[in-house]
Amino acid sequence: MFKLKNLIKHLVLILFLVVMLGPFLWLISTAFKQFGDVFAYPPKIIPNNLTWDNFARVFNSFSLVRYFTNSVIVTLLRTLGMLITSSMAAYAFARLEFPGREKIFIIYLATLMIPFQVVMIPLFIIMRSFGWVDTYQALILPGAFNALGVFLLRQFFLTLPKSLEESAFIDGASYFTIFTRIILPLAKPGLATLSVLSFLWSWNDFLWPLIIIDSDHMNTITLAISKFQGYYFTEWNLLMAATLVALIPTIFIYIVAQNYFVEGIATSGAKY
Amino acid sequence: MSIYNKLGRNDLERKQAVAGYLFILPNLIGFMIFVFLPLLASLFLSFFNWDLINTPVFVGFDNFIKMFKEPLFRKTLINTVYYTLGVVPLTVVFGMILAVLVNSVKKGFIYKFSFFMPYLIPMVGAALIWQSIYMPNFGILTYLLDLIGITSPQWLSDPDWAMPAIIIMSVWKNIGFTFIVLLAGLQGIPNRYYEAAEIDGANSIQQFFRITVPLLTPTIFFTVVISMIDSFKVFDQAFILTKGGPADATKTLVYYIYTQGFEYFRMGYASAVGWFLLIVIFALTIIQFIYQRKWVSYDV
Repeated sequence: MFKLKNLIKHLVLILFLVVMLGPFLWLISTAFKQFGDVFAYPPKIIPNNLTWDNFARVFNSFSLVRYFTNSVIVTLLRTLGMLITSSMAAYAFARLEFPGREKIFIIYLATLMIPFQVVMIPLFIIMRSFGWVDTYQALILPGAFNALGVFLLRQFFLTLPKSLEESAFIDGASYFTIFTRIILPLAKPGLATLSVLSFLWSWNDFLWPLIIIDSDHMNTITLAISKFQGYYFTEWNLLMAATLVALIPTIFIYIVAQNYFVEGIATSGAKY
Repeated sequence: MSIYNKLGRNDLERKQAVAGYLFILPNLIGFMIFVFLPLLASLFLSFFNWDLINTPVFVGFDNFIKMFKEPLFRKTLINTVYYTLGVVPLTVVFGMILAVLVNSVKKGFIYKFSFFMPYLIPMVGAALIWQSIYMPNFGILTYLLDLIGITSPQWLSDPDWAMPAIIIMSVWKNIGFTFIVLLAGLQGIPNRYYEAAEIDGANSIQQFFRITVPLLTPTIFFTVVISMIDSFKVFDQAFILTKGGPADATKTLVYYIYTQGFEYFRMGYASAVGWFLLIVIFALTIIQFIYQRKWVSYDV
């Protein structure tokens, strides 16, 4: 009886598993199909002739390497900028006393719920007045400053024991030394969680690049695949090959740093 | 010097205050330029008409009044609510079912890994995959429905089916969020409650409704509110799958802001619609906040 119950649970779960993984299977299958097989009916999950040609064609017709590199540069610098400035601010909010601290922190908190969609219009106008339309700065900087990063790290710093810092302070260490030598090494899990969130925010971002990027060579990979749709129409094999390329980093990092993804989203409840 | 003296009662405090300001400064500058200033600017802009070229004209509350008279705004609002009413219950209910099932089996690792995965990929990628799944006449979905004797609708080109198609795709994409948050909630319920219930002779259905559901209610409510906020911001999938069509059937609120702002260059009007969105989200956040405080005593 007990075993039967378990078996049913697994069967239901496997059914869900097929539904959840099915689209990925379809993606991979289509990416390796020849054009002739794309419209085969009934559709074939495992095509007769597997081919790498789709990837070669997508890489040859478009600067896919360039788009990919753009996304990597933007994601890395955005994440780095967020980690450095947020951790510094979070340290100040968590540990240092200064007049106005609470007020400034409340302003940060109040902007936590501001959707990007509300500020995107003035942000575009500001970028335009800086002459930053179609630049890396515009892709990197606005995303590097968000209140959530500061808030998450502050919460993390508050859980760290104070005793180490206090003894360092008595030994004459400066605040900067305490921050770099004691706080940051202890905060590695918090920093890793924020990095993973920042990676997702940045790599998957679509609306902002869509607004701020005009020229082909500045496309991020996500923006680029959305544009392929217009070139390829029904050449699903090519479109899926390009989509697969855009997805691979996410899936790879997810496999490597799984717990941080789960942690980052389950504990903070952060939607990205 | 007098300002410096106000920073603290003694040198030690003053030094700490100076350090504090220096530490927040890099983030504060960026935050002011890229978050706070745009927010104020968007409120300011919503009282003007501006096409980026001519001088802005002050119009008072005109943009807000115009908004509610505009049939397309009302349509996008209805579409967004339709999307929300479709996506939120489905992601929460299915997320709950998956979380309970995964929590109750040993070695649920592969399920957890797989169910969470769609949530992490770019929405654009997910939408493109589903576009090929929804492919008319020759698509895999048409075929699968055919197998069970259902004639597949023309998903993305039928005004009645385009929104359901986007909802189904989004449920697949977002279920990982509710699943992972609810699973964390389930794992936070101490085992001793179930052990005690077991001794008292409660069966697993009773345990679910008498222990799991009440203790998980704050988490469920949290996922509902966060998913609602997220749903009101829907854009990417509609842009990729249907371009807002057919016949504006999938044009959402954010899509409307995007076209008004960046296709018609009505910067003031688009900002006003943006503030309408902000007010909706603010209201949802307040509800969540009040509710959360009510539940503090329930903490386990």
